[in-house]
Amino acid sequence: MTAPIVIVGAGQAAASFIARHVALSNPRSVLLIGEEPHPPYQRPPLSKKYLLGELERERLFIRPLEWYREQNIGLRFDTRVDAIEPDQHRVLTASGESIAYDKLLLCTGSSARRLPDAMGGSLDGVFTLRSIADIDNVASQFQAGRKLLIVGGGYIGLEAAAVARKLGLEVTLLEMAERILQRVAAAATSDYFRELHQGHGVQIHESARLARLFGENGKLRGAELESGAIIDADLVLVGIGASPNIELAQAAGLACDIGIRVNDFCQTSDPDIYAAGDCSCFTRNGQTIRLESVQNAADQGDLVARRLAGEDVRYTALPWFWSDQYDCKLQIVGLNQGHNHTVIRPGAGAASRSIWYYRDDELLAIDAMNEPKSYAFGRKIIEAGISPTPRLVADPMTDLKALAMGK
Amino acid sequence: MATITWKMEDGSEIAADVKNGLNLMEAATANNVPHIEGECGGCLSCATCHVFVDPQWFAKTGEIDDIEDTMLEMTDVEREDNSRLSCQIIASDELDGLVLYVPEPE
Ligand SMILES: Cc1cc2nc3c(=O)[nH]c(=O)nc-3n(C[C@H](O)[C@H](O)[C@H](O)COP(=O)(O)OP(=O)(O)OC[C@H]3O[C@@H](n4cnc5c(N)ncnc54)[C@H](O)[C@@H]3O)c2cc1C
Ligand code: FES
Repeated sequence: MTAPIVIVGAGQAAASFIARHVALSNPRSVLLIGEEPHPPYQRPPLSKKYLLGELERERLFIRPLEWYREQNIGLRFDTRVDAIEPDQHRVLTASGESIAYDKLLLCTGSSARRLPDAMGGSLDGVFTLRSIADIDNVASQFQAGRKLLIVGGGYIGLEAAAVARKLGLEVTLLEMAERILQRVAAAATSDYFRELHQGHGVQIHESARLARLFGENGKLRGAELESGAIIDADLVLVGIGASPNIELAQAAGLACDIGIRVNDFCQTSDPDIYAAGDCSCFTRNGQTIRLESVQNAADQGDLVARRLAGEDVRYTALPWFWSDQYDCKLQIVGLNQGHNHTVIRPGAGAASRSIWYYRDDELLAIDAMNEPKSYAFGRKIIEAGISPTPRLVADPMTDLKALAMGK
Repeated sequence: MATITWKMEDGSEIAADVKNGLNLMEAATANNVPHIEGECGGCLSCATCHVFVDPQWFAKTGEIDDIEDTMLEMTDVEREDNSRLSCQIIASDELDGLVLYVPEPE
């Protein structure tokens, strides 16, 4: 009997692999090993509806637990893989068990970065947002009137700020860079979200460096900035990004960069080992790219299932992403890395607009805020390889649908 | 509770009882309906949950808002008058017996 396809990490990429594997009726057996106690679940609602208390836990699950059983997928939850032995084609679990694989798929995701202990990172009252367990820990602390400090102005931190304001907490957000969203978006997008949050009563401090969190008897009291300013806080959310979980791959000698290196087929430097999702990185247009998005995890997982079923496919998917904050729906298509100018397209209402990213004359990406037309037609425009002139884009009278159809 | 039937292009069918309040993209993936992916989890950003609603039932499935209307432009199989994004159809007693046709991308 040949060994199964073994998947390490039961998240978005794993679920997508399995769905495609099943849909293609590939008869090879699959064993899914995950450290968390849950079947693969969606993380995006964690910092949105789930944190708000508007979504039951079961509805986070990408497929119900029974579904995997019905499809004869082997399941090992609460199980951590500690090592890969590529020469022996087997993985070792934390409990010392050795499991043979025919092909191995690493979907280990990423982990929320923490503040070092020396900066107060382990005080009682300091939280990160990555898993169901993280949210379940923090949700009971989200009570009206309490003072919440969010460290880091990325999408997750901003989403948490929106939820906290809805629930009546006092919210302060610190961003060490010059502006929120600096790493991922243009100034025009940062400006939009700064205004949105300030309008909802969030105190935003940019270019603000945290010196340390301090407490009493291990319990958080507040934060001190490098400027010497003190901010009182009952709880702190640390949203300073995520690091890819690549230690297993590194220890096994697989080529790694800012993630586990994969080729167009999501194959690592060992041809029998694949990697998909947050943990992987690949090259596109000469740049090394690692994405943290549902699109990337789902499309890469899907691609590996197709490859293992013998399809001749390569990873070329156009990236997309979304975020929900208050009544704003942000939708992003494309990759803005390498852009050198942007164009603002006004939307129908005051709170709607889109930011179009260009490298010289080439359209790369679009951030659409309450502007689904820019997102939907913009996606078609990018896919068609059309780069409308900035003048056309900036003119609200331009019909995007016609542009998308090449008219 | 509503019994929902998904009909595939090859003539096969899947029927399932769906709890009130669940959306029909969730119901489809839970019941292994092919071609319905629901990548964005129902937040109107992927259009991978496209269905054609049996015309007799169309009005009962509720209003199409502006975002859904725009996102229907992004479906793999081109939209028709009875197109919906199934993540926006919420199961209820009134939908008991609903029939959906699942488009198959080429
Ligand atoms: C709060 C939050 C909000 C988000 N919002 C959005 C959004 O709005 N839109 C969007 O597109 N993306 C969003 N994302 C990102 C998106 O959820 C991730 O990109 C996606 O989940 C990545 O999927 P993955 O399969 O690579 O990893 P994950 O889904 O993280 O799964 C990895 C799994 O592997 C397990 N694991 C790791 N190492 C081991 C090991 N050694 N042994 C066993 N198991 C292991 C982990 O415990 C984890 O369960 C959000 C993420 C978070 C945390
Ligand atoms: S699930 Fe994404 S639009 Fe319906």
